[in-house]
Amino acid sequence: MTFSFLRRSETAIALVLLVAMGLIGLVNPAFWDLANLFSLARSNVIIGIMALGVLSVMISGGIDVSFPAFAVAAMYLTIRAMLAWGWHGVVAPFALAGAIGLALGLVNAFFVSTFGMIPLIVTLGTGALVRGALLGLVGTSQINIDRMPQELIDFGNLTLLSRIGPNGTHFGLSAMILLYLLAALLVHLFLTRTMLGRGVYALGSAPEAALRVGFNRTRVLFTVYGLAGALAGLAGLLHGSMIWLANPRDFVGLELDVIAAVVLGGASIFGGRGSVLGTLLGVFMLVMVANSLIIMHIDTTWQRIVVGGIIIAATTVTSFRDRRQLA
Amino acid sequence: MTMRRWLQNLLAIDAGLARLILLAGVIFGVMAVMVPDKFLRPYNLISITYIAPELGLLAIAMMVAMLTGGIDLSVIGIANLGGILAGLFFHAVGGAHGPGLTDLGVGQVAAGIAIAIATGAIAGVINGVLIARLRITPILATLGSGQVFTGIALVLTGGPAIVGFPDGWTMIGNGALGVFAVPLLILLAVAGAIAGLMSRTPFGLNLVLIGTNAKAARFAGLRTRRALLLTYVLTGVLASLAGIILSARTNAAKSDYGVSYLLQAVLIAVLGGTDPAGGRGSVAGVIAALLALMLLASGMQLMRFSNFLVDAVWGAFLLASIALNAWQTRKR
Repeated sequence: MTFSFLRRSETAIALVLLVAMGLIGLVNPAFWDLANLFSLARSNVIIGIMALGVLSVMISGGIDVSFPAFAVAAMYLTIRAMLAWGWHGVVAPFALAGAIGLALGLVNAFFVSTFGMIPLIVTLGTGALVRGALLGLVGTSQINIDRMPQELIDFGNLTLLSRIGPNGTHFGLSAMILLYLLAALLVHLFLTRTMLGRGVYALGSAPEAALRVGFNRTRVLFTVYGLAGALAGLAGLLHGSMIWLANPRDFVGLELDVIAAVVLGGASIFGGRGSVLGTLLGVFMLVMVANSLIIMHIDTTWQRIVVGGIIIAATTVTSFRDRRQLA
Repeated sequence: MTMRRWLQNLLAIDAGLARLILLAGVIFGVMAVMVPDKFLRPYNLISITYIAPELGLLAIAMMVAMLTGGIDLSVIGIANLGGILAGLFFHAVGGAHGPGLTDLGVGQVAAGIAIAIATGAIAGVINGVLIARLRITPILATLGSGQVFTGIALVLTGGPAIVGFPDGWTMIGNGALGVFAVPLLILLAVAGAIAGLMSRTPFGLNLVLIGTNAKAARFAGLRTRRALLLTYVLTGVLASLAGIILSARTNAAKSDYGVSYLLQAVLIAVLGGTDPAGGRGSVAGVIAALLALMLLASGMQLMRFSNFLVDAVWGAFLLASIALNAWQTRKR
């Protein structure tokens, strides 16, 4: 019953997505160029990986606005460490970035679970603390391509399906999309196939009932906030590798886009509902609309209005849906 | 609620307030010892009375929204949009610069104030409809609407700041009546009005009851939807007042001014004893927390800490006050 409803919800998102693609394609057929579609797919990766973490937090009934600060801290600290120690490689740096994100996420979990404080307030505080400390204590200078570790650049540059465009330029589908899909698959399996994952849904839909049947609230909270932090840390370093520079002022305000994408994907801020597939669709929709403003000849200053409008529209729909469910 | 219980609550609130005033006193003392020559100069203390009020208004707005168990994350967008619309109006009637603009009369300045406040009220109605009618959760509703307000401000200005306001307008942010800064007087007047509204009117009591238990309040026959709508109109108007002072003080309005105020307003409200889950909060607490944190920020800046570190300390204070509040509630 729940399953079929979720499927309907995602079908609706997919239909809206197809209609939107059709409309954008009508306004400017260049939308369907392979180069544009590849770049669109590439733009999904960072927001998407972060969205998977936020999705888990939201299903548990919480919210996280600190992850952009965690992502930028993980990226900048890792790259600074690599430069300082002349450190090479790809796997170890990503492990470090993930660990930094995880540790910071666990701080969120500690405050939410121990003090029972509203997650929005906690994550506002940790986000400001981490970003302020990073810029105030570690540094504000950007690490440019000339100093970026070559291995990371090469890694971020990996492509599938390399093509040569009409004007002789090379373009391809970023291989990072595979990492994103792998992360999505793992989070999906975690949420739907493990007892802990079911506990995330249980705690989000009916906290009291979840505790009565024996789910451990603390364990669930530490898992989801830790997961959100770790995914943000990985996404942060991946972002640096893909754009070949590390800017400690990056990602300001990104939480809005990511939360918009997750809500657009059908997750409820009251917890208990949401799915990885819906989130993938929501992320794609948000990135597509934001990126397509340019090819639709709309001034980019409109982007904030569009994102805000999407948040309001998506939450209105989900609030009506949730009310109907309750009735 | 029995008399004894009521007295206990009163004492509890007062203990919190006393602690805040003590905190402000300690910060003042520490700063006075650390950087005596700069911190104690009248200029420094007076400049706080110009800078603090806009943040104080935003924090009061946040506290009012939190009383009902909600939050208003769109206050910065509203403040900037109000200032920008007023600025565009002034530039339309008085030209972009020169005496035509600076010498605009009282009538036009009053019209500008009306435009800014109306912007806040309309934005508040939009938030109120989203939250009370469409029943969108306040976090997402105001997150989204704040983006839209900021976006409108960005589209109207194209990005750069609107610079140059009439002298009558900049007086609001830089003038003084006797020894008192005009922004400070505005803040005190608003604080008094909101405190009165909360303690002496049915509306104020309604807000507390909705925040304590929304379902019970509705079953008891309170018109919760109307009260919620009015709450967000009130926070919108308070935000637009902050926008007026901000643009008047800096003689400019921009779509991304004051973004760090959002965290600070939340922090001041929470530190001031407001329960973000609803039902508890006071204007006096907010003012005491504002005082403490402004003294701290000013002292840190004089000690040449970077603004980033000041932000980090604000965040740390927010977390510390959460822990302290939780610890106190448990003890009680």
